[in-house]
Amino acid sequence: METTLSVQIVYQRPRSLTAVPMHYCPGCTHGIAHRLIAEVIDELGIRERTIGVAPVGCSVFAYNYFDCDFVEAAHGRAPAMATGIKRLLPDRVVFTYQGDGDLASIGMGEIIHAAGRGENITVFFINNAIYGMTSGQMAPTTLPGQKTTSSPQGRDVETMGYPLRMAELLANLDGAGYVVRRSLHDPKNIRMAKKAIRLAFETQLRGLGFAMVELLSTCSTNWGLSPLESLRWLEEHMIPYYPIGDFKVAEALQAIKV
Amino acid sequence: MQTEILIAGFGGQGVLFAGQVLAYAAMDAGCEVTWIPSYGPEMRGGTANCTVIISDEEIGSPLVLNPRGVIALNLPSLDKYEPLVKPGGVLVVNSSLVNRGSRREDIESVFIPASEIAESLGNRRLLNMVALGALVAKLPVLSLDQVKRALEDHLPERHKQFLQANLQALDAGASFALSVSRVGV
Amino acid sequence: MAKELLKGNIAMAEAAIRAGLEGYFGYPITPQTELLEWMAERMPALGRAFLQAESEVAAINMLYGAACTGARVMTSSSSPGISLMMEGLSYIAGTEVPAVIIDVVRGGPGLGNIAPSQGDYNQIVHGGGHGDYHPIVLAPASVQEAVDLVVLAFDLAEKYRTIVFIMADGNIGQMMEPAELPPMRPIRTEYPDWAVRGAMGRERRILSSIYIDPKDEEVTNYRLLQVWNRIQAAEIRYREYFLEDADYVVIGFGTAGRIALSAVRMARAEGMRVGLLRPITLSPFPHPQIENLIPQVEGILVVEMNSGQMLEDVQKAVRGRVPVEFYGRLGGMVPFPDEILAEIRRMCREGIPPDGDPRQRWMKRFAPIIRWHD
Ligand SMILES: Cc1ncc(C[n+]2csc(CCOP(=O)(O)OP(=O)(O)O)c2C)c(N)n1
Ligand code: SF4
Ligand SMILES: [Mg+2]
Repeated sequence: METTLSVQIVYQRPRSLTAVPMHYCPGCTHGIAHRLIAEVIDELGIRERTIGVAPVGCSVFAYNYFDCDFVEAAHGRAPAMATGIKRLLPDRVVFTYQGDGDLASIGMGEIIHAAGRGENITVFFINNAIYGMTSGQMAPTTLPGQKTTSSPQGRDVETMGYPLRMAELLANLDGAGYVVRRSLHDPKNIRMAKKAIRLAFETQLRGLGFAMVELLSTCSTNWGLSPLESLRWLEEHMIPYYPIGDFKVAEALQAIKV
Repeated sequence: MQTEILIAGFGGQGVLFAGQVLAYAAMDAGCEVTWIPSYGPEMRGGTANCTVIISDEEIGSPLVLNPRGVIALNLPSLDKYEPLVKPGGVLVVNSSLVNRGSRREDIESVFIPASEIAESLGNRRLLNMVALGALVAKLPVLSLDQVKRALEDHLPERHKQFLQANLQALDAGASFALSVSRVGV
Repeated sequence: MAKELLKGNIAMAEAAIRAGLEGYFGYPITPQTELLEWMAERMPALGRAFLQAESEVAAINMLYGAACTGARVMTSSSSPGISLMMEGLSYIAGTEVPAVIIDVVRGGPGLGNIAPSQGDYNQIVHGGGHGDYHPIVLAPASVQEAVDLVVLAFDLAEKYRTIVFIMADGNIGQMMEPAELPPMRPIRTEYPDWAVRGAMGRERRILSSIYIDPKDEEVTNYRLLQVWNRIQAAEIRYREYFLEDADYVVIGFGTAGRIALSAVRMARAEGMRVGLLRPITLSPFPHPQIENLIPQVEGILVVEMNSGQMLEDVQKAVRGRVPVEFYGRLGGMVPFPDEILAEIRRMCREGIPPDGDPRQRWMKRFAPIIRWHD
């Protein structure tokens, strides 16, 4: 009797990711987001015409990890920089990758106007409710009562205002073609996130305007929790405030099955 | 007269705190002192170091190329700083985490199993105080008593329950250093 | 009050609070973030205003508004953030309201890095926002000096209704030294007669930087210059070391200045007659003090953590009468005293060429040393 052993590859690094080890803290979900985006770029076969725009934040070195062209923006200005690139190179696929401080604080003007103009770019918005890179200050998405190093008694909405729900806010703009929120805290949600990333690129490929996927993310280092506890914290605290859902899906996208 | 001490190791080994204890002791002894850390993202999961300078006059540079005393709590720190110790200076190495001996004849090297001593005292995290005790015993700049008093006086209230263990660790490090012979193992 | 072991960033924050700070606006950026975090902890507890703005553009404009109320107000940042503030600074200067800004300079240009640098010298001392104005710029070299200069900054800002910068760097911000904090001053209860606080029982006041008629803007610019003259005459500050018998003098400010002090001491120990002049006010610049040294010295070595930005001010003061040499480290690199000592030795042994460009000479000497690839 003979047995044949066949070797099957079930998991490997996407073509669009480089072999460079990531500098993110252990358990950080930035890495998952990177991987999903790279997988979709591979699946769409657009690696060679994709240009990424990195933010200032923990993902400042994102350009080291994606095997496609990349630029590095000033803090918050990624949508403006992406606009400049897209206007000169309309047939390229341009995406930004931004944190909550970058997109919703210092870059609020840039993101609103990019969405308002219906700028045909794709935005990945990593909402981890904190400033990761500068070690844990309050972000515009920090939850009420959440302690950070610049809201040491917890975010008091009376003086520090309310967290911003960026997906809901941007979905209101006529220029937006696709605006959704997903989460990275478990396999089911990660699969849903990947589909949304796919649709966000499809939006751009079909010229349907501004697309953004908000990805709820963890920062165990600055939340002061273990990676596992962080995933739980995200599920228990962030999702009630930031519901997962589709806030704007252009009609032409609704037929697409991914 | 100026004495420079560099303490290096992994982030989380208590490198910065050990330097601060020394700085407090120097301040309380009426000396001029500077404490300066390596800072920024290179600290994330990587290595950390700080430099303490103790002097009897206004201190110029807070960083020096060739410190008189070095504590290396891991191998990368040993490799990086052993060649830089000022001739005649003191090098304290956490031998629990390095797999080689001394490479210098012109300095006094103390290889101390600081992690193991700390564990035998009940807490691995005391290794920084064990190593600091060894350095203080060998470097004629501050007495062990001065350093212990600084710890008593400046340990934050919320950490007071660890005071006795930290004092013991300083003692253990000092007596180990005094019990070993001159020059590397 | 007794000395405490204090980190520069926190010492500066607490000094401002004790100087009667009523409002702080800022945005996180390394290596000054501890300053903002200290404010976040302390200011609300004292019932004073703290706000983390959404950007430095917003922070400086919040500061502008708050300064118009006549309150003691401050912001802090590091180089990229200060770049963003330039527009607002110009408005503050044009409106002649006092404001204190701390720049904990880091390596640049661009995002650069977070290491200590002095690369913002031109931007702070000579540059800034649009239009014709001069800020006062104070450069501490130690934690104690940083504390003292923060307190002074508020007094000067109010005395002259001007912008006062503290130009520190990552070393000053991150270093701990024993320092004595000032006693807590009470918050003022009387506000200046230009402050906009509601026209209760008085004529309305308007604070603005608009002078639509160029005649009026000319008058304003002239007045600003008169104030600047008074500042130049009265507010120059510096420290001297070993200058009495010096044949050569090193000039450096802030961290580079104190590193040079170590080098000068080492040179003295080797018998070289070298001294140090450490400018504390970069603006107004100690031109007269350099002028005074000219008959005495045979050469000047300027040491900076940039490509020779202050060098040009020194050359302006020297006007070719004494040869000048330069040594710099760039992009967030910090010199060791040994490097400066080597320069001093060379200068004392070989002298300095009487003409030629010190920066060009340094670039030539420096090229083989610089670590092109690591
Ligand atoms: C003009 C300017 N201001 C401030 C900074 C400092 N800074 C760097 S990253 C960051 C916030 C990053 O937070 P976020 O965008 O949420 O990204 P995360 O690190 O959490 O992924 C700040 C304030 C800067 N680089 N430039
Ligand atoms: S600090 Fe937070 S966001 Fe940044 S890499 Fe670490 S876990 Fe991720
Ligand atoms: Mg964030």
